[in-house]
Amino acid sequence: MSPAALLSQLLQLAIAMLLAPLLLGWVNQCRAWLQNKSAPSILLPYRLIRKLFHKDAVVAVNASPIFRITPYIVFAAMALAAAIVPSLATDLPFARVADAIALVGLFALARVFIALAAMDIGTAFGSMGARREMFVGFLAEPALLMVLFTASLISGSTSLPTIVDSLAHSEIAIYPSLAFAGVAFTMVSLAENARIPIDNPATHLELTMVHEAMLLEYSARHLALIEWASALKLFNYSCIGLALFFPFGIAEGSADWLAIIGATPVLIAKLAFGGFALALIETLSAKLRIFRAPEFLGTAFLLAVLGMLVNQLLGG
Amino acid sequence: MFSLIHLVVAAIVAWLAIGLLGILRPRSTPYIAHVLFVAGAIVGLALAVVAFLALGQSAQVIVLPLGLPDLPFHFRLDSLSAVFLLLLGATAAGISLFSAGYFRAGAGTAPGLMCLQYHTFLAAMATVLVADDAYAFMLAWETMALASFFLVTTDHRIPEIRHAGFLYLLIAHIGALAILLCFGVLQGGSGDYSFEGMRAVRLPGAWGSIAFLLALCGFGAKAGLLPLHVWLPEAHPAAPSPVSALMSGVMLKTAIYGLLRVTFDLLHVQLWWWGVVALVLGLATALYGVIFAAVQSDMKRLLAYSSIENIGIIVAGIGLAILFKSYGKTLLAAVAMTAVLYHSLNHALFKSLLFLATGSVLHATHERNLGKLGGLIHRMPWVAWLALVGTLAIAGLPPLNGFVSEWLLLQAFLFTPSLPQSFINMLVPLAAAALVLAVALAAFVMVKFYGVIFLGRPREPNLAYAKDAGYLERAALVWFALGCVVLGLFPVNVIAMLDAVNATLIGSTVGGHGGSWLLLAPINAGRSSYSPMIFLLVIVAVLLLTVQIVHRHYRGGLREGPAWDCGFPKQTPRMQDTAEGFGQPIRQIFEQFFRMQRSLPSPFDSAPRYKVSIEDHFWYWLYLPVARGAERLARLIGLIQQGRISVYLTYSFFTLLALLLFVR
Repeated sequence: MSPAALLSQLLQLAIAMLLAPLLLGWVNQCRAWLQNKSAPSILLPYRLIRKLFHKDAVVAVNASPIFRITPYIVFAAMALAAAIVPSLATDLPFARVADAIALVGLFALARVFIALAAMDIGTAFGSMGARREMFVGFLAEPALLMVLFTASLISGSTSLPTIVDSLAHSEIAIYPSLAFAGVAFTMVSLAENARIPIDNPATHLELTMVHEAMLLEYSARHLALIEWASALKLFNYSCIGLALFFPFGIAEGSADWLAIIGATPVLIAKLAFGGFALALIETLSAKLRIFRAPEFLGTAFLLAVLGMLVNQLLGG
Repeated sequence: MFSLIHLVVAAIVAWLAIGLLGILRPRSTPYIAHVLFVAGAIVGLALAVVAFLALGQSAQVIVLPLGLPDLPFHFRLDSLSAVFLLLLGATAAGISLFSAGYFRAGAGTAPGLMCLQYHTFLAAMATVLVADDAYAFMLAWETMALASFFLVTTDHRIPEIRHAGFLYLLIAHIGALAILLCFGVLQGGSGDYSFEGMRAVRLPGAWGSIAFLLALCGFGAKAGLLPLHVWLPEAHPAAPSPVSALMSGVMLKTAIYGLLRVTFDLLHVQLWWWGVVALVLGLATALYGVIFAAVQSDMKRLLAYSSIENIGIIVAGIGLAILFKSYGKTLLAAVAMTAVLYHSLNHALFKSLLFLATGSVLHATHERNLGKLGGLIHRMPWVAWLALVGTLAIAGLPPLNGFVSEWLLLQAFLFTPSLPQSFINMLVPLAAAALVLAVALAAFVMVKFYGVIFLGRPREPNLAYAKDAGYLERAALVWFALGCVVLGLFPVNVIAMLDAVNATLIGSTVGGHGGSWLLLAPINAGRSSYSPMIFLLVIVAVLLLTVQIVHRHYRGGLREGPAWDCGFPKQTPRMQDTAEGFGQPIRQIFEQFFRMQRSLPSPFDSAPRYKVSIEDHFWYWLYLPVARGAERLARLIGLIQQGRISVYLTYSFFTLLALLLFVR
């Protein structure tokens, strides 16, 4: 483990932790602009987290320890994911701990815990949210895995740094299979991050909420951790998308210090652009009825499988 | 000189002896539970140790002068047998320990008789795993089926349980017939029914394929492959929980063992299309099982369907191993085979854990229906927390054991494109998609299972008096939970152990291709790697760090209060999602899979009732037509049955006449 690798690992983790709420603020701001509203401060997510950390937590009387430990588990899972996904450099010591499949498993771990915590209190909304979240997850998770498999088949590896390395250096500029995978990935990310058209992060309307329904019982520091973890999740998904479909600008191999520091502004620029694209999608589409969600996610899944098939047919 | 195989035989004899001791005092529950079952657990543990020592050693053979004249029993202990004996011993140790605390005097079979059936079942399974000729194998196989039949029908006074038992016996015998025919084909006209003789036979052309298909059918009936899976969801809820655990955890694996033994050991060559058949059948079974599991509201039926799913995954892995081996890609075949064996071990551990946990819940609440449970984590913390380990493991979540075998299987899938046949290469994305869909649905199912039973608020008032499991039961649950954790955290060591089988059956090993004891890298570290230990350590470290930081810097207090009722003060525990409610999305998406009947109340009903019944299409497509056909045939034959002596004498006369005419 070289010092440069350790530096890039720590830098990447720190950037993810600190900038994740900023990305969320940026998306909200872009969305407000696009919808011709006056935008909230870009720092609003930070203020929200700070405010929540200073409040007294209220926990329901019949909550079990699962309820109280879940925010920490979800947060830790997202932090580990942020350490694995190559966003700044590919020479990451932690990246060998978990490959693409284990990364999906990590997201699933967080999802299962948050769904269990939602069922723990025993309110109608909590269990409804848990049911819907697991139901979105069971279609979105295979689709995400298929997207990653397409990239794995191209690069002959499931290890994320190897995938990024080989995609960044391919002779063919555009893989047709990756085009399918890209559409599928966008759809999955929207669903997994509780964005329109599957869910609406800005609403607490009972009939439509998914993610928010699970969090109704959380308050103060627990809620702050979950909000932060959600921001990290969005950041991680963005970084996976950037690593798979726009792999340029990431410091490769055993890069020197300068390259790693040089990769930071590129990452921020790419994220800013990605955040704007997300806001644009959210503005242009309408929320689907929950019963239509299987069709949306099924389409994503089929597109991802088609991506793999195309890869097999055309050999890349 | 005693060798390991003698110790295995000693364990079998010890189990039989314990069983026979049971009928000495058949009604004395303390004697049977605390003496005999504990002794059985110790024998199981000893068997596991012996099997562990036998791994990687060369095969040991003995001939016992038992059975018919000139037809002695051949026993053989090789690595494949050792892996499954290890599974049997370790699982039986836990389940026997649990049974020691579980069985009480009830209305059904007397405890002593049950002790005999239980230990005969164990001994028969062990014999199946070491048998080295068709005669011993079939004898043990049938003993196993009969012993488990009697165990399933412990509460034989209930008609449903008797029906479930007969269905099980029927399908077990269809399977046994297929296996018998398979051995008939395998001896290839040599008349030598020892496995040694079968290995030497080179079956010509299509006969090998016929043998494989018969084995798939016969062992598939025992394992619960589509369409012979219908007995599982009937028999498992009928049986007492430790028996369900034993059948699901171990007996299904003996079928996997048989399939591996015939396909990779007794048949000298494997054809690629066998792999495709097993792969497609396995994946169909996995999807079918998990979709049905998602809509169950009986906790043991749910687990039974989940067993069907896991068997499907294992058989898909066998298909993949056959496919790779037939094309000479031994390393990849070894990866797939490792996934198969690993998943067999995993499934034995977490499914036993969950079945036993349902047993504890059943004893504490007398309720199997998910709709009447809930909130048990407060009343039964031991069972609940240990069941959580099993739930996370079976949902295939890292860093527990279920994830390791699924990871290995997916790795094997991703390497398939190197095969020469483009048709198979096209199949891979679809197969991989089906597999990950099944695995993701399993997570849905397990959240439903755990959330509805243990979390939330109790749906019935009497749940407030539920008591946690006793010490012996807890110890057994801890044993299995520990197994899930150890197999999850040390995959490299486990794979090194399983490599002994790969070396003999496939001729290649998975270990030693880069990686270290911490880092699992089956092909090489650049291709794929996974380290559950570091994975867990990082998560725990971040978790503790966050807890520390949060608690040091933010002094906001913590209050307890009632759950937020959304402004509707009349919330009752019955407003939580029921099992039916949780499964509703799945029921809607996969509507075509079910034969569903629903009755909805009218809006003006003062006591509204919602009823939904879900049945298997296979009953109506396959079983009922067959049953009707059999009945019609019986009626036709019944025509000649007149019940008058003169008619029968006429039959005899004409038969004699016909014989005289032909034989002359």
